[in-house]
Amino acid sequence: MKEAFKGRVWKLGDDIDTDIIIPTQFLALKTVEDMKKYAFNPLRPELAAQIQPGDIIVAGKNFGCGSSREQAPEILAALKISCIIAKSYARIFYRNAFNNGLLLLENNELYDYCSEGDHVSVQLESSQVLLGEKSFEVASIPTDLLQMVEAGGLVPFMRKRNGK
Amino acid sequence: MGMTMGEKILARASGKDLVKPGEIITAKVDLCMSNDGTTHLNIDIFENQLKAEKVFDPKKVIFIVDHNVPSESAKTAQVHKKMRIFAQKHDIPFYEGTGVCHQIMIEDFVVPGQLVIAADSHTCSYGGLGAFGTGVGCTDFTSVMHTGEIWLMVPETLKFEIEGSFKAGVYARDLILKIIGDIGANGANYRIMEFGGPAVKRFTVDDRVVLCNMAVEAGAKTGLVEPDQTAIDYVEARGRHDMNLFTSDEDAVYEKTYQYNLDELEPMIAIPHCVDDVVGVTQIGEVKIDQGFIGSCNNGRIEELRAAAQILQGKKIDPYVKLLISPASKAVFLEALAEGLIDIFVESGAMVLNPNCSVCWGSCQGVIGEGETLISTGTRNFKGRAGHPNSSVYLASAATVAASALTGKITDPRGFAV
Repeated sequence: MKEAFKGRVWKLGDDIDTDIIIPTQFLALKTVEDMKKYAFNPLRPELAAQIQPGDIIVAGKNFGCGSSREQAPEILAALKISCIIAKSYARIFYRNAFNNGLLLLENNELYDYCSEGDHVSVQLESSQVLLGEKSFEVASIPTDLLQMVEAGGLVPFMRKRNGK
Repeated sequence: MGMTMGEKILARASGKDLVKPGEIITAKVDLCMSNDGTTHLNIDIFENQLKAEKVFDPKKVIFIVDHNVPSESAKTAQVHKKMRIFAQKHDIPFYEGTGVCHQIMIEDFVVPGQLVIAADSHTCSYGGLGAFGTGVGCTDFTSVMHTGEIWLMVPETLKFEIEGSFKAGVYARDLILKIIGDIGANGANYRIMEFGGPAVKRFTVDDRVVLCNMAVEAGAKTGLVEPDQTAIDYVEARGRHDMNLFTSDEDAVYEKTYQYNLDELEPMIAIPHCVDDVVGVTQIGEVKIDQGFIGSCNNGRIEELRAAAQILQGKKIDPYVKLLISPASKAVFLEALAEGLIDIFVESGAMVLNPNCSVCWGSCQGVIGEGETLISTGTRNFKGRAGHPNSSVYLASAATVAASALTGKITDPRGFAV
């Protein structure tokens, strides 16, 4: 896992639910690559095409609430979002995100300071997010979870560990 | 220091005498279940990535086709086929078109005291029988299906003390909507919601399941009701006798306790597009509807169907409104047939559908179009949940949905003979 990285911010609100992240109608598409074009479709249909690898989503409270559909974190990982920084997450989504190699960080204040299009820089070693002159503290993520994210999720991590 | 019933279930599952909130345990799973929402992904991970050969115990892994059944496209038919072949190969229980997965689990498998993991968020329903059910994604599920174990953090418990009695036209559905409206969509995030008090002791298993099922809509890891003779009778009537009756100690520690009195409760409505945006039916104003839906793992059981039938009996629904009714399982469907409820529905102009997730899942039946409004007994009213991104879903009790289908607008069921 890169210890420091920078990314452009896309700003979403509170309670971004799994039906917004990927609506039911698109779940039967064959691959995650097909599905990722419909990320956030009910809320902002144009967004998926605008997201570039390395971009960062900043959101309010309870990101990922709703169903256990793992396609939700999977398509965000497939869009190569470098991380999400939200006020809080729904618990099933939280597990699913790390299991799919998607890094989640938690901070309560950044959301109210940043605007869409800002560039923030994430420093994992010091658990800080920097926006201009201001810094925001995020809870530190245990090393083994970071290794799991780096491996691309739980399954590749287990395979690597088992030497398969 | 005592333990809550949730802590006791997790202590047993992890082979410990005592667990505390915040502690991470490795627990043995009593049952695991996956449905056609995501099982094709589990099978891919199991066979192609993990290269696993056996499930941990073929009697404890259950596959249920309930989300898109009967299949509405060649793509979903392929998903079902994949599940069917895997279930046959591994000789595990397999259901297709027999009902909503959680209702089948409650009718055929779950007993008090179990830890149940399923790849579906509404697994928290099993708390209605005093079992700890919680939903996970397909990666965690695949690991459970392979090893029979999962790591979990022991959550804090919130207690909901309920007293009083429902007024006519008010139901458990209204109570859980009221609670979620009060505490918010993340008001119980990572917590256990334990429902108790004198009113809950009198609740049927159906009503207890209604409460626990929607715990996840407040962010909870699970919902629980202490098992008692009502729960014991329910599972013993279905031939299951081995169980663990865990109840909370007098000195158990709760993060917070909430009090509710049913005497003061009115029919409640969750308005678009969040489950915690809840108002009383008397504050809703005039909202025209295009479709009603009665069914789902929250509200498709016999008691809800009876409440709807009481309102629809001898009446016709609005000619420009569709009313779709899907009993939660084959057993519920047969009971409704025997009681004459299905005749009442059909004669009122409702469409009766096979038991499945139906309109609540929003992809195979009764999908709504642009600008349309649905009133539903389903679990969620997220934007686009029932079809077009620009459509609206209101959540209410079966009685409120039935009354609204008669008038064509959201209607207080207390104005009808109930």
